Order: sequence, then C-alpha cells, then structure tokens
Amino acid sequence: MKTGVVVFPGSNCDRDLMVALELVTGVRPVALWHADPEIPAGLDLVALPGGFSHGDYLRSGAIAARAPVMRAVATHAARGGLVLGICNGFQVLTEAGLLPGALIRNAGLDFLCRDVALEVVTADSPFTRAYAAGATITVPIAHHDGNYQADAATLDRLEQEGQVAFRYAEDVNGSARRIAGILNEGRNVLGMMPHPERCVEEAHGNQDGRRLFEGLLKVLA
Amino acid sequence: MKARVTVSLKPGVLDPQGRAIRHALESLGFAGVGEVRVGKVIELELAPDTPRETVEEMARRLLANPVIESFRVDMADAPAEAP
Repeated sequence: MKTGVVVFPGSNCDRDLMVALELVTGVRPVALWHADPEIPAGLDLVALPGGFSHGDYLRSGAIAARAPVMRAVATHAARGGLVLGICNGFQVLTEAGLLPGALIRNAGLDFLCRDVALEVVTADSPFTRAYAAGATITVPIAHHDGNYQADAATLDRLEQEGQVAFRYAEDVNGSARRIAGILNEGRNVLGMMPHPERCVEEAHGNQDGRRLFEGLLKVLA
Repeated sequence: MKARVTVSLKPGVLDPQGRAIRHALESLGFAGVGEVRVGKVIELELAPDTPRETVEEMARRLLANPVIESFRVDMADAPAEAP
C-alpha cells in the first residue's frame, strides 16, 4: 500500500500521520509538498494532515485548498483514489469542494483538546470497514474550527446516503447533527476532525484509531 | 483603482463570535443590542480598469466561502451599488 502525506506550510500533524501509516502499512509514506502540481503515480492513499496551514488565514484550509498540489489530489480522488483529511485536512477538503459543507468556529469559541467518544455510523467505506457500525470509539480532538455546518438539504442527503462516517456521542463543538466525519458520494474521500493517528499504539494509551488504517490496508493489500 | 469586498455570514449560519461580542457589550452596560454578526472587509488594490466581474470571481473562488458566506463588491472609482 503506497501512501502520501501532503505537507502545507503550517501543517503540524504530518509526521504523526506518517508514523501511523508506516506502523500499519510497513511502508514509509511519501511526503508531498503543497507547491508541487503533481503527485507520484501509483499512490493508493493521499492523506491531508492536521495543523494550521497558512496560519488559518482567511478561513481554515482556504489557502491550502487552492495550492497547486490540490488539483492533483482532486484528480486522484476523481479516479477513485483514496483521500483522507484529518482536522485541518478535513477543512482543506471542504474548502476544495471535495466534501460538502464547511467547518466554522466551535460553538463555545474555545480551542478543544481532549478525548471524545465517537459513534462509527457506517462501516461501509474503506476507512471504517474494520469497525462495527454503531460501535463507540474514543479518539482525541484538537481544534478551534470544528463546527460542521451545511444546509439542511445537504445534511439530509448525507444522512440518507450513509455518508456520515463518525458522529460525536454528545455535542462537542456545535456541529450540525453532531457530525464528526463525512464521506463523499463515492466513499473514497473521508474528512474527520478527530485524530485517529494519535491513538494507534500502546504508548498512546488508546489504539482505537488504528483500525481505520488497518481497514485501509485490507482494502489495498 | 481599489475594490472593497465585504464578506458576511449568511443569515441562519451560527455566529459564535457575534454572540460573544453581544454578551461583552451587555456587560459594558450597552442595553438593547440585538443580534451581532461578524464579517470581514477585504481591500484590494487593482490594475486600472479591472472589471467588477473579475473581483466578483475572486470573491466567489476564494475571498468568500459560498457555503456559509455572502459577499458584496464595491469598486472605489464607481458609485457603490445600492445594497
């Protein structure tokens, strides 16, 4: 399984994500620079890490979404390639139009950094297949702009088509319908605010995030 | 020439910052403040004769996020459109 992690100026979870991917896949991910208009051929997964790309200027993820590498990421996604956006990566995917909706300031205005309980809403995706639908897992969050919003018609469609991947067990940041992560229509693009790469090994004290990467490995092995 | 793009949250989109500002105004003793909405103003210095449509495209493609925001363009060397 060949993976790549995009590095934007201000990304700060790229190394954690690379370590998690290498731990599970056994293959070191390729680092992809934001200014490169192309990505290497043959990548199975392109991952967008957390952080504060371009200082969150204008809107979180807004500048990064217009970076040259994102055209290549969109092409990869259109071909059915897997794309995973975590935290700032999720914000970038919505700004780039690869996922619907937007992530705005947390309803309580605070930066939230703690473990949260998540419901796995669907196991029907390459990212969630190693979980049981309806299972509750614990994954850390660390964000200021994680409040997911979309118009009612979009939210209804996400629910009806089974595109809600993860839901907060209780209200955390004001997100509409407690949405923590969503899939695109093709189910090959996932954006989520919680950080699965921060709970993949024993030293993390929790390995609930590991199955996300293991599920991908099963699809792609 | 200059253009000014005013970006506002669409009606109905929750504005946590506006709410916090309203509470702070109340605590300063300002009574009767209703809803407060926070937007942003972006001033652009442009090549002469840049058409309004170009600035509107900039707003659509980057300056505003159409999912949550609306925008208004004012060209400095032309009378502002009535809101």
